[in-house]
Amino acid sequence: MTATAASPIILRTTGVSKMFGKFVALNNISAEFERGVITSIIGPNGAGKSTYFNLLSGAFRPTTGKVEFEGHDVTNVAQHRFAHLGIAKSFQITNIFPHLTVHENVRVGLQAFVSRYDIWRPRSTVPGLAERADELLALVGLKDRRARRARDLAHGEQRALEIGMALAADPRLLLLDEPTAGMSPEETRVMMDLIVRLASERTVILVEHKMKLVMGISRRVLVLHHGELLAQGTPAEVRQNEQVKRVYLGQREH
Amino acid sequence: MIDIAPTIATASSRSYSWFDLAKRHRVLLASIFVLIFPFVMPFTALAVNILIYGLYALGFNLLFGYLGLLSFGHAALFGTGAYLCGIAIVHFGLPWYAAIAIGVLSALAMATLIGSLAIRTRGIYFAMVTMALAQCVYYIFYQAVDWTGGENGLRGINVRAIDLFGFHFDFINPLVRYYVVASFVILAFFVLSRILASPFGAVIEAVRENEARARASGYNVVATRLITFILSGGFCGLAGSLAALHLSIVPIESLHYETSGMAVMMALLGGMGTFFGPFVGAAVFLLLENLVSLWTVHWQLFVGAVFVVCVLFFPEGIWGTILKRIKP
Repeated sequence: MTATAASPIILRTTGVSKMFGKFVALNNISAEFERGVITSIIGPNGAGKSTYFNLLSGAFRPTTGKVEFEGHDVTNVAQHRFAHLGIAKSFQITNIFPHLTVHENVRVGLQAFVSRYDIWRPRSTVPGLAERADELLALVGLKDRRARRARDLAHGEQRALEIGMALAADPRLLLLDEPTAGMSPEETRVMMDLIVRLASERTVILVEHKMKLVMGISRRVLVLHHGELLAQGTPAEVRQNEQVKRVYLGQREH
Repeated sequence: MIDIAPTIATASSRSYSWFDLAKRHRVLLASIFVLIFPFVMPFTALAVNILIYGLYALGFNLLFGYLGLLSFGHAALFGTGAYLCGIAIVHFGLPWYAAIAIGVLSALAMATLIGSLAIRTRGIYFAMVTMALAQCVYYIFYQAVDWTGGENGLRGINVRAIDLFGFHFDFINPLVRYYVVASFVILAFFVLSRILASPFGAVIEAVRENEARARASGYNVVATRLITFILSGGFCGLAGSLAALHLSIVPIESLHYETSGMAVMMALLGGMGTFFGPFVGAAVFLLLENLVSLWTVHWQLFVGAVFVVCVLFFPEGIWGTILKRIKP
């Protein structure tokens, strides 16, 4: 049953729980994530989505349970190793290098896989980084912003930059925590298009609060509620699920 | 309108390249300044002191200004360099260059030790842990009277001449002494500039800017901090070694937390995170100390007042503010 690199399951959690003191944020979640598709994790506020995301991306360690990436146990792997394993993420709250230029932000992201401890050579001599950074900026639509300081960008552009930085790891698995949070409808549309484009070459796991947004693009959907896995399946199955309906009832579907 | 726009663009791009050019040749410019510096100073011994403490603040600034970690224990690195350089000469009769090498290496070792113990803490805790460890170092050197002279300091570091490649330099002559020290400082400028411009320099910036993002990007933040701490210790150890040669005594105060505080004040006065700022800070600090103490023993009051004014009104420091003003 051990998954290999070619296995259709890229990521698996087995009975993961997360306690903060006595508070159970996540309770015994077992789930498998399929390679090459978009899987969305949805749920109302406080459902444990972000906690689960942080377990998948290595920011938290589960209190109990196991996380496996491509068949390898990554439960206790240091967070900075995740990028090297092929897992990259964007944060829920925009997380960039504010005083560096847009181009430098991506360049630093790329450099992690080439040179980390060289204190002597000029960094401009590290081959290929500048060009690759420009390619990634073109991909996320920020080519004409390359010389701007990252903190001077519009919110939507900063989110796009963060995805560009995540792509610097050339990840097989891209984890996105509410990538459209705080975006205008227009920015949201651009971002969703980008995500769909990215998903053609890699696996994407998406945490999203707005159910309607992800239903159209996801192959599978996981619904969390009060730290429990309430339902999982195709978007159609989830939409028909009585429990899911009950949870989302009362609050307008976004 | 159509005519004006390109003119402005050309003008700004030209002035930008002027600033950029200066930045690219910062080592050369700083070196030229250091070379003419003794002629604008009231006396040469003060200029030597400014060089040495400027170098000390420079090393401290690598950690504080560029990485964003406030250490309150850098006296341990400066003092270890000074003492071990002195011990190499006094107790083992080693030549000056071997003594400097031993001073730098021992400071690197001390930085590795203190760094590995302190580096997992952050903010005020890091400042406190480094300070506590530096105090431990202070008491160890204080107690090892046979080796360090204890309370009286280590005396008898007599280097009268510097012989190198067949050249003979009279180390007693203040100006010669200045230029011997200056050549080490210029070397330090060069090394620091290389570090800052290197790929690792980019990692230092990234960790300062956003630790969580740096980690997510695949950088080992703890290792980056430790390496920077050790590198910083190397510069401070060199400064300490030069201080031992210059003063021909290592006072126990070299290890005192006041010496740690001095680095913080100099870096803040001059401008943290700027290449030349710590040097400016050291110059202002020591000039004030020397000039004001000519007419009052309460010179610290004035240094304190200048420091407060600086922190309140020029948070970027003297050099940092100048850079901001002249930057096109």
